[in-house]
Amino acid sequence: MSSIEVSQPLEALKKIKIPPGFIGPLLITAIVIAAHVSFGVLDGWEKFAAALLAAVVTESALHKIVVGEWRNLSSAYISGNSAGILVRSPFLWPFALCAAISIASKYIFRFRGSHIWNPTNFGIVIMLLIASDSMAVLSIQWGNNMWAMVAIWVVGLLVISKVNLANICITYVLSFIGFAWIRSMITGDLFLAEIAPLTGPMYQLFVLFMITDPKTTLKSKTGQNIVAFLIAFVEFFFRLGEAVYAPFYALFIVGPIAIIGTTLWKEWKEGKEENRPESA
Amino acid sequence: MKKEHVKKSVVILIFLILVSIPFGMKKYEEFVNSDKLENRSEIIERYGFFLEDVTDNMGVDFVHRRPVVDEKLDHISPQIASVGASASVVDFNEDGLQDFYLTNSEFGSNNALYKNFGNGTFIDVATELGIADLNRREDGASMGAIWADYNNDGYEDLFIYRWGKPTLFQNNGGETFTEVENAGFPDHVNANTATWLDYNNDGLLDIFLGGYFKEDVNLFDLENTQMMPDSYEYATNGGLNYLYENQGDGTFVDVAEEVGLQETRRWTLASSITDINDSGYPDLVLANDYGVDEIYINNYGESFTNVGEASGVGFTPKSGMSVSFGDVLNQGKQAIYITNISEAGVLMQGNNLWVPENDGESTETPSYRNLAGNLGVEIGQWGYSGQFLDFNSDGNLDLYVANGYVSAEPDTDYWYDYAKVVGGNRSIIIDANNWPDMENRTFSGYQANKLWLNDGAGRFREVGNNVGGALELDSRSVAYADLFGDGSLDLIVANQHQAVKIYRNYVDPDHNWVSFDLEGTISNRSAVGATVLLYWDDKQTRRNVSAGEAFSSQSQRPVFFGLGEVNQVEKVEIRWPSGKVQVIEGPEVNQKHFIKEPSETN
Repeated sequence: MSSIEVSQPLEALKKIKIPPGFIGPLLITAIVIAAHVSFGVLDGWEKFAAALLAAVVTESALHKIVVGEWRNLSSAYISGNSAGILVRSPFLWPFALCAAISIASKYIFRFRGSHIWNPTNFGIVIMLLIASDSMAVLSIQWGNNMWAMVAIWVVGLLVISKVNLANICITYVLSFIGFAWIRSMITGDLFLAEIAPLTGPMYQLFVLFMITDPKTTLKSKTGQNIVAFLIAFVEFFFRLGEAVYAPFYALFIVGPIAIIGTTLWKEWKEGKEENRPESA
Repeated sequence: MKKEHVKKSVVILIFLILVSIPFGMKKYEEFVNSDKLENRSEIIERYGFFLEDVTDNMGVDFVHRRPVVDEKLDHISPQIASVGASASVVDFNEDGLQDFYLTNSEFGSNNALYKNFGNGTFIDVATELGIADLNRREDGASMGAIWADYNNDGYEDLFIYRWGKPTLFQNNGGETFTEVENAGFPDHVNANTATWLDYNNDGLLDIFLGGYFKEDVNLFDLENTQMMPDSYEYATNGGLNYLYENQGDGTFVDVAEEVGLQETRRWTLASSITDINDSGYPDLVLANDYGVDEIYINNYGESFTNVGEASGVGFTPKSGMSVSFGDVLNQGKQAIYITNISEAGVLMQGNNLWVPENDGESTETPSYRNLAGNLGVEIGQWGYSGQFLDFNSDGNLDLYVANGYVSAEPDTDYWYDYAKVVGGNRSIIIDANNWPDMENRTFSGYQANKLWLNDGAGRFREVGNNVGGALELDSRSVAYADLFGDGSLDLIVANQHQAVKIYRNYVDPDHNWVSFDLEGTISNRSAVGATVLLYWDDKQTRRNVSAGEAFSSQSQRPVFFGLGEVNQVEKVEIRWPSGKVQVIEGPEVNQKHFIKEPSETN
């Protein structure tokens, strides 16, 4: 097979024009269907549906209350999907509650007109704080096949690169690996054990969806890369403290600080520009 | 107030309501379970029974010692050597009194057979009978024991499964035991479950033996450390399963491959039999760690078909630890209870109660629905044995679930390191060297066992703390028997690397019962595989005779029915493995009935 033939599917993929608003919903739908059909990754369709329904209903109701009109539900759809996959519980209600809290957070915690937390990240962390005896977070494998894992990373990164956010994933992964090496030096555990989580689905979802959420990422590439690095940095300490869901906690802390800090910095800079006396 | 402020307040209120839901639910549950009664008679009046720890009074001082595995596994040895404490009930000398056998595991430690003297005294007679010193480097470490009369000579024989050599001991008239040499078993397997069954109904009991670690792994002398599961959910490198067909001459032949029981290499932790589709042949249910559970339907003694996925039971992979059957709704149908792992905030698999959806016609693929959540028996913890028994003899099967993995240094936790590795890819998880050192940390330890009382209306309620049955040891095996001959079921709980606990059960004297001790004549003499249907109070209740259930457990052979305040029974129907159906009209209550299978001429 020639190299031209190999590159054809990639070229074809690049030519596909998908409206940016549909990329997230399509990608997450494809992953959910593939993962469930192959590995039964969902706890059950009814639980997944509960998360989806709760997200959509909460979004519709709160948007109507706050803005006074109905809104596009694609972001609620993504949050519902994420909650449906990430929450693990024998009960139905944690799926619905996590999705509802995720969506509600967007209407409560706002700064200069924008929400500051990735909704699902917020929902998951709050659920871990208030309902940890009834739920956990997806932390195990989708099969044991290396190629399935590689395929998800490759397709995920390709799609994320279409919205120009692949740099966030790459920076985070490289930072994580670097910190994993330092951790292995400190704890004495093998480096392989430290990077093991990267090969699991929780991280695939975390890296491909949560830290790349366009609404809660910075605009500049440098800013995005610094934030991705900082998430891995804060996670490093949570991991030393043996927090199982370290990445979620790290994003929960770093995400809003980055957004608020950058906004304030920008405003301060703009204010300085405005107040600067005009040069002759 | 401005309209914007009203809107904001409404949204904040909705948010606060949402986040307070779990808190409200917790408070409600605490309120419902807050009745703490001190007085025994009050407890019996409220719950219908009371449990008293009588281990010391009985003179039972057995302490399980875990096996010491190869030093290459020293860093994770508590989780590797986390099994081996088992309890099995037997009347080994046919005196009508229930005795019990406990396995130990460390090389040099002894197993124990506690003989029931009928006056509340139990004495360990294993050494004089020749079945104590069974944990030796050359043979392996005991993991469990099952009892049945394999040669139909009137006495129950003993099969020991080990991480090592499985061995059958013939019972010589209740006086001594002799190892059956050259019986046809392999020299080495890593088995954690076995169950007796007569798979082809030829009147001779066969043995199903389930492998956990791969059979070429010697945990006491490892060649390499690539012996861990290759996936946390989809492991394909477990031990083989075996079906040893009894040839009737003291030998057994493995027919597992030809009957379709070696299609997978799952990590089987528990097995048990019942006739799921009323075909007259015993079907097999397997609880598998690191994967899906399996149901093998017996094709009339010729082969087995795995219908696990088609039936709904074998779709979502969990950590199956125990299999038991119970007619929890008194509908004449057996539900299947399988324990898994639930650890707050880390892993919430939930236990499964698979309730049959169809009528169980033999031509249909069975179909099950998990109703554990609906009935309130879903959240155990790190579960091992889940055992159905009617604690208060009210006619509704209750449930006792053993919990707890490794109780080591208090206030420490290994979960973080565990979660880190099990989420990893095959090449990482499979090598024990990659697993972080446990450093004497607790791993889902100090967990309370659950005692769920069935209210008869479709809900179970946890009452362990209220009835004297609270226990926070690393429990593994749970067996029940009427040890004191008073018509109530007492409890034996074997604990890993800890002392055994025995609870005497004091039941409301107004609650009636009836039990049936079956003896096969055409069927195997132990009547393993027989189905008993009791018709009473416009209900139909099903029990089956098994020899090996839950996690490495075996309870008393006589089938027991609580009747509550109902004082008469319409009839009992016994479906013998031979195909004979025997009906006894109006058996007396509060009695154990000895029923012999009618012979060909009778």
